[in-house]
Amino acid sequence: MEKTAVKTATASKKVNLSMKQYGMVLALIVVYLIFAGITGGKNLTAINVNNLIMQNGYVIILAVGMLLCVLTGNVDLGVGSVVASCGAVAGTLIVDFGASTPVAMLASLAVGIVFGAFVGFFVSKLAIPPFIVTLATMLMGRGICYVILQAQTKGPLPADYTWISTGFLPTIKVGAVDGAGGVDLVSIVIAIVIAVLIILGELKSIATSKKHGLPLAPAWQLIIKDAVIIFIEFFFFYKLGCFSGVPVLLILLAVVVGIYHFITTQTVAGRQIYAMGGNAKAARLSGINTEKVFFWVYANMGLLCGLAGIVLSARNASATPKAGDQFEMDAIASCYIGGAATSGGIGTIIGAVVGALIMGVLNNGMSLAGFDTNVQKIVKGAVLLGAVTVDLLSKRKKG
Amino acid sequence: MSEYILEMNHIVKEFSGVRALNDVNLKVKPGEIMAICGENGAGKSTLMNVLSGVYPYGEYTGDIVYKGEVCKFHSIKDSERKGIVIIHQELALSPFLSIAENVFIGNERKKGGMIDWTATRREAQELLARVGLEHENVNVPVNSLGVGKQQLIEIAKALGKKADLLILDEPTAALNDKESAQLLELMLQLKAQGMTCIIISHKLNEISYVADSITIIRDGQTIETLDKKTDDFSEDRIIKGMVGRELTNRYPKRENCPIGDVIFEVKDWNVYHPDDSTRHILKDINIQVRAGEVVGLAGLMGAGRTELAMSLFGHSYGQKITGEIKINGKHVDLKNVRQAINNKLAYVSEDRKTYGLVLIDSIKFNMTLSALRNFFSRKGIVDQQSEAVKAEEYRQRINVKTTSVEQAVGALSGGNQQKVVLAKWMLTQPDVLILDEPTRGIDVGAKYEIYCVINELAKSGKAVVIISSEMPEIIGTCDRTYVLNEGEIAGELSGDEITQEAIMGCIMAHNRKGDA
Repeated sequence: MEKTAVKTATASKKVNLSMKQYGMVLALIVVYLIFAGITGGKNLTAINVNNLIMQNGYVIILAVGMLLCVLTGNVDLGVGSVVASCGAVAGTLIVDFGASTPVAMLASLAVGIVFGAFVGFFVSKLAIPPFIVTLATMLMGRGICYVILQAQTKGPLPADYTWISTGFLPTIKVGAVDGAGGVDLVSIVIAIVIAVLIILGELKSIATSKKHGLPLAPAWQLIIKDAVIIFIEFFFFYKLGCFSGVPVLLILLAVVVGIYHFITTQTVAGRQIYAMGGNAKAARLSGINTEKVFFWVYANMGLLCGLAGIVLSARNASATPKAGDQFEMDAIASCYIGGAATSGGIGTIIGAVVGALIMGVLNNGMSLAGFDTNVQKIVKGAVLLGAVTVDLLSKRKKG
Repeated sequence: MSEYILEMNHIVKEFSGVRALNDVNLKVKPGEIMAICGENGAGKSTLMNVLSGVYPYGEYTGDIVYKGEVCKFHSIKDSERKGIVIIHQELALSPFLSIAENVFIGNERKKGGMIDWTATRREAQELLARVGLEHENVNVPVNSLGVGKQQLIEIAKALGKKADLLILDEPTAALNDKESAQLLELMLQLKAQGMTCIIISHKLNEISYVADSITIIRDGQTIETLDKKTDDFSEDRIIKGMVGRELTNRYPKRENCPIGDVIFEVKDWNVYHPDDSTRHILKDINIQVRAGEVVGLAGLMGAGRTELAMSLFGHSYGQKITGEIKINGKHVDLKNVRQAINNKLAYVSEDRKTYGLVLIDSIKFNMTLSALRNFFSRKGIVDQQSEAVKAEEYRQRINVKTTSVEQAVGALSGGNQQKVVLAKWMLTQPDVLILDEPTRGIDVGAKYEIYCVINELAKSGKAVVIISSEMPEIIGTCDRTYVLNEGEIAGELSGDEITQEAIMGCIMAHNRKGDA
């Protein structure tokens, strides 16, 4: 019996790529293609691809922060209200006090951190359940926002402020016919650089797997996987290139996602969040200061709310008291659609981003197809429930 | 009707291609206590789950014949209707509900679709009397009782279901000696009333005391059945059947292990209860451990051993802590776990699932968790390469039976989980290790391997402290032992002085002193 066990162990060095890992990416593509069918290709246009980024920037930022909260086994309900308050502070400073753009932006981030630290203090030092504390900040934040704005909309915000959400990198258009369109060379160069990085990354991971004798997927599967990713990436940047080039917001998102992906996968701090979410008692006895981790997770959520507040008010060119309504729900849903577990300890930044994109593509597609906003809510709810159900059922089968 | 109340014939159960049970045969006579013995992972619990319908008919092959009738259970409800009731290792009580409600949970006394509270309370009282709890108030929440009594409530619950075959899976794992003895007496009493019992337990002394016959399972197969009347029922005989060979020495000898200077010293250690600053939990504890020495902390449950270890380990227990700790001759102040780790103290906790491991994460993740900051990272960034290499090295060194360090620890057997916890603390490169119940709930083979690791640690000049409720373990592994009783050191024994009688003697003498 033992002999056969050893044999299978060595034979299983080749494993198939887990469809589950890429399941959500496939779901994203399928949803996108379905809406391409429904809208007759309207969501494939250059301008719409651009809009997808612009519309969903804030959700992605918030989903990244929310994932850390979800990893601890909790959520932050106050996100929408805090985003609104942060935007309100920035808008009021510019419109009523003539503050410069950098000052207003820093103020927004600072307000976010103060909110986050406030939540973090109650959650970690006083051990009040996050659900309660953030329910409180949800109510308080909305009130504060109305007080700051005196229930009015502050605007318009200057061009150097809105640049972060509406601006583009410089473009070099080539192949223009009759002065109409053409493709931006900068976009294409960025696309090529990313493709090269993807291939190099894959080669490096193959090399390390071989070195440590870790299981490796068959070459054809890896080639197909990378080809699909690179194809999508080129399609995406080509479309952007056909419109106005690379949005500044896209660069900002890439930096934010990159930083948090790095933190969660490569740093001690990231490990500590996963360990605490998986088993807080064991984490504490392993020398992890769980209070500190808890505090920083929520303080960080506040910081990202500040960033999202800037992005949102810049996109609208104004700060409104109703801004950010139910953003927390979008962010939470993104995490769960992206495979995070409600019990904590399981989830990835990339998963949350894909989850946010699925929500974004759905919203965008349904708007283009002219769905009633109430129907849109029904569909979004059903997608959340369906995604998590499929995820949990597939896990149960394995166990 | 045949001579047997229960026959399980040629039971085969597979989990995604792996045979957990391979042609198991079990025959139980009415009114006897049958014990099932086997190492962890041998298939005992799987077999009982097949019997009780947790794995429904169709998911296994083979026959279950109960009272002369072939049974096809589709759920636990089906088997309970026939009178087969299983009591699992983890208690299935709802802590905030009353005793009466718990006794009839899922089996409510009803009148016209509503709970009949009078019948519930009256019948609960009757059932409690049958398990020797006649003095308990059936209206108090069940969490106001100790674990021992809760276990008895579970049995009352089973009696309420009109059980005539009772299956007890590790019933005494969480009980102290006195509670265990009570439970065993109750089993014998029920037997006298005609109840048939199947008991699964790692505590072989209990089995040889209570069982009429023993069926031994190894690698998913029934090896043999011993009968009390005709066969040798000694622990060594049972172990031989379980491991398939004679374990000549259950405690490996420590040779060439020179004992050096005192490297761990605790002076006048006083600790108060974390929620009640007037309760003095540990009083003036003084302990010294030398390099290369294995020292025991013996004592009964509640003597304060775990509390002592946890309070030493970065003040993880208690308040108003006073006293001095010296490690390697240097006074250290260990206000939190991190400081304890940095000062080369390690504490391998008692309950590995609750306090030791992150079950959803991999072996590698768990092994390096405590040492991550000091040894596997630079400027806060994890060195994945050295992490993978070290985890694999320790996996092989302490023989964790798995194919890859990427596997989730939750999927490992108890013994292998314990090895992972041990590796986790070895990787912090400590000089002093406190091991709290290092072999609880794991099989003899894995125990032996853990003792070997302990010996290795001692040989490399570490100071090892072992907390154990199993006195033979203290006797078999320790050079010296302290006996703790009611938060005080009741005695110190070394070498051949360490015997069960001497340990109990210290406790008794200390109790008398307290009474006087």
